[in-house]
Amino acid sequence: MRNGVEGESILQLILLSGNNFDELSATVNILSVFDKYLPKHIASLTIRTGIRDGRSVRYSGLRVIKEALTGHKGWQPIWRNPDPQPAYDYVIVGGGGHGLATAYYLAKTFKQSRIAVLEKSWLGSGNIGRNTTIIRSNYLLPGNEPFYEFSMKLWEGLEQEFNFNAMVSQRGILNLIHSDGQRDAYRRRGNAMLLAGADAELLDQGDVRAMYPWLNFDNARFPIKGGLLQRRAGTARHDGVAWGYARGADLAGVDLIQNCEVTGFRIEDGRVRGVETSRGYIAAGKVGVAVAGSSGRVMAMAGMRLPIESHVLQAFVTEGLKPVIDGVITFGAGHFYVSQSDKGGLVFGGDIDGYNSYAQRGNLGVIEDVAQGGMALMPMIGRARLLRIWGGIMDMSMDGTPIIDRTPIEGLYLNAGWCYGGFKATPASGYAFAHLLTTGTPHETARFMRFDRFERGYPIDEKGMGATPNLH
Amino acid sequence: MLIPHPLLGLRDSSEFTYLGDAALLDRPDGMAPDAATRFHDYVHLRDNPAGIHRELWFHEQGDRSWLIVTRNTITHEVLSAELSRDAMKGGAA
Ligand SMILES: Cc1cc2nc3c(=O)[nH]c(=O)nc-3n(C[C@H](O)[C@H](O)[C@H](O)COP(=O)(O)OP(=O)(O)OC[C@H]3O[C@@H](n4cnc5c(N)ncnc54)[C@H](O)[C@@H]3O)c2cc1C
Ligand SMILES: Cc1cc2nc3c(=O)[nH]c(=O)nc-3n(C[C@H](O)[C@H](O)[C@H](O)COP(=O)(O)OP(=O)(O)OC[C@H]3O[C@@H](n4cnc5c(N)ncnc54)[C@H](O)[C@@H]3O)c2cc1C
Repeated sequence: MRNGVEGESILQLILLSGNNFDELSATVNILSVFDKYLPKHIASLTIRTGIRDGRSVRYSGLRVIKEALTGHKGWQPIWRNPDPQPAYDYVIVGGGGHGLATAYYLAKTFKQSRIAVLEKSWLGSGNIGRNTTIIRSNYLLPGNEPFYEFSMKLWEGLEQEFNFNAMVSQRGILNLIHSDGQRDAYRRRGNAMLLAGADAELLDQGDVRAMYPWLNFDNARFPIKGGLLQRRAGTARHDGVAWGYARGADLAGVDLIQNCEVTGFRIEDGRVRGVETSRGYIAAGKVGVAVAGSSGRVMAMAGMRLPIESHVLQAFVTEGLKPVIDGVITFGAGHFYVSQSDKGGLVFGGDIDGYNSYAQRGNLGVIEDVAQGGMALMPMIGRARLLRIWGGIMDMSMDGTPIIDRTPIEGLYLNAGWCYGGFKATPASGYAFAHLLTTGTPHETARFMRFDRFERGYPIDEKGMGATPNLH
Repeated sequence: MLIPHPLLGLRDSSEFTYLGDAALLDRPDGMAPDAATRFHDYVHLRDNPAGIHRELWFHEQGDRSWLIVTRNTITHEVLSAELSRDAMKGGAA
C-alpha cells in the first residue's frame, strides 16, 4: 500500500520531467526505488544501466527522487582519481573551467584520446569556484562578440550535452543607462550584438521601472534613464559547471589528476616534450596551459613574458533573502553589479582592486566602493547582512581580451587573459582550445585572439583603455 | 593596505592610483634600430611575479608624487616606498 502511493507520485513526476530523461533508466529506477522490498536480481538492474565502474553514468529526475527516498546512500564519486601515466598525447595544465572544458571537447567532440588534466589543487578550486556566475554575450567588437555568442549557444545546450544540472538560468542581464552618451553607446553595442546573432533590447526608463520598481531612479549623480537588456543572458551554478565538465571528461576517458602541480616544462630544440610536476615527469605530445590567474607564473617557467598582469577581484554574498531580483543588474557607472542566487543570497561585486596580486583576498577600499555602489543603486541592500567576502586572481590582459593561441614553443599552447569575464566563456573557450590543439588552426570565432595582436597593432580593446590592465 | 609615504607617513592605498611594474621607468630608446620591438615589449609584456614586485603608485589624492613601492604580491606586505624622483636621480630605477 505504502509502495503504491510512492510509485504513483513518482510516475506523475516522470510525466512532468521532460528534461534529461532516459526512459530505460527511468523504468529501472522506478523498480530500484523499491530496492529494499525487492529481490536482489531486480535491484541489480540499476547497476547495469545507471552505474559504470562505480561511477554514475546518467542522471535523471527519477534518480534524484530515488536517492531522496533511500537516504542518498547510492551516489557514487562521479570521477576516478587516477595516478598519472608516464605519457599522454595531450596534457592540459589547470583543472578550472577552461581546462576541464578543453579536455571534455577534446575527448567528446574531437575524438582524441590519451588526455590528462593536471590540477595543482582540487578540481574547481580556482576562479571557476569563486565567480559571480554571470553568462552573457553582450560584447561590442567583432573580435569578441561572435565568440561569446558561440559560448551562449553552447550554454543553451550544455546540460543536455553533458547530462549534469549546471543550473543554467537565462534570467536576463540589464545594463543600466544614465545619460544620452551612454544610451548611444549601448544602442551601438546592442546593434553589434544583433549583427552577431545575439539578442538585445534597448529599454526606456518606464520599461526598467516595470522590471525593478525599487531601483533608485532619481540618484542625483546617476539617474536611471533606461537599460540594455539581453534576455538570453543569465547565471549558472559556478562549480556545477566544473563538475559537469569533469564528469563528462572522465567518462570519456580523460585522466583528471589532482594535487599535481606543474613545476616546469621540458623543452628541447624549441619543442615541448613534457612537463615536470609535483608527481613526477609526464611526457606530452601537446601541452595546453589554461591556468587563468597563474598564467604569468606558469609561462615564466617556459621562459615567456605575457601581455598579462594578475589582479584580485572580490565578490560578496548576503544571507538568504526572499526572491527580490530575478535577473542580473549591472550598474557600471557605480562599479556595482548584482544578482540573487537560487538559495536567496544577493551575489554582488564591483571593480578589481587594481594592483598586482596573487593573494586570493583584497582590500577594504574596494569593499567600501562596492558597498557604496550598492547603496546608491538599491538602498534596501543596506538592510541585508553580508555572509562572506572572497577574492580570486584575474589574468588581466593588456586589451581586456583573452588569448587562445599557439606559442613560439612548438607543441605548447596558451589559453589566458580572461580578466573578470572568463566564466561565461567556459564552453567556447574549451571548444576553441580543443579545436586549436587538434587541428592546429584557430576556431573561427577565436581567430582574432592571437598572441601577436599587440605587435601587429590589432588589440581588441572593448573600452579603448589601452595597455592598462587595471582599467579593463 | 598602508603605504609608508616617505614624506607623509602611512597612507591608505586607496588614496593612490596604480600604474604597474616600476620597470616602466626604463623607457627604451626610440631611435634604436629595434625600437619597434623594444616598445612592444615595454608597453605590453610584464614579468608579473608572484612575490616581490617593484611598482609605481601615484598619490593622486595626496601630494601627487610618484612612489616606487616594493611589495609582496602573494601577501600584500609592503616592504618599502621611495619617491620615484629620488630613485631616478640615483639612476637606480
Ligand atoms: C556564486 C556564489 C555563491 C555563494 N553563495 C554563498 C552562500 O550562500 N553562503 C556562503 O556562506 N558562501 C557563499 N559563497 C562563498 C563560497 O562559499 C566561498 O566562501 C567562496 O567561493 C570563497 O572560497 P573559499 O572560502 O574556499 O576561499 P579561500 O580563499 O580559500 O578562503 C578565504 C576565506 O577567508 C575569508 N576572508 C577573506 N578575507 C577575509 C578577511 N579580511 N577577514 C575575514 N575573513 C576573510 C573569505 O570569506 C573566505 O571564506 C558563494 C560563492 C559563490 C561564487
Ligand atoms: C570574484 C570573481 C567574480 C567573477 N565573476 C564573473 C562573472 O560573473 N562572469 C564571468 O564570465 N566571469 C567571472 N569571473 C571570471 C572567471 O571566474 C574566470 O575568468 C574563469 O573562471 C577563469 O578560467 P578557469 O575557470 O579555467 O580558471 P580557474 O578556475 O582559476 O582555473 C585555473 C586552474 O589552474 C590551476 N593551476 C594554477 N597553476 C597551476 C600549476 N602550476 N599546475 C597545475 N595547475 C595549476 C589552479 O589551481 C586552477 O584550478 C569572476 C572571477 C572572480 C574571481
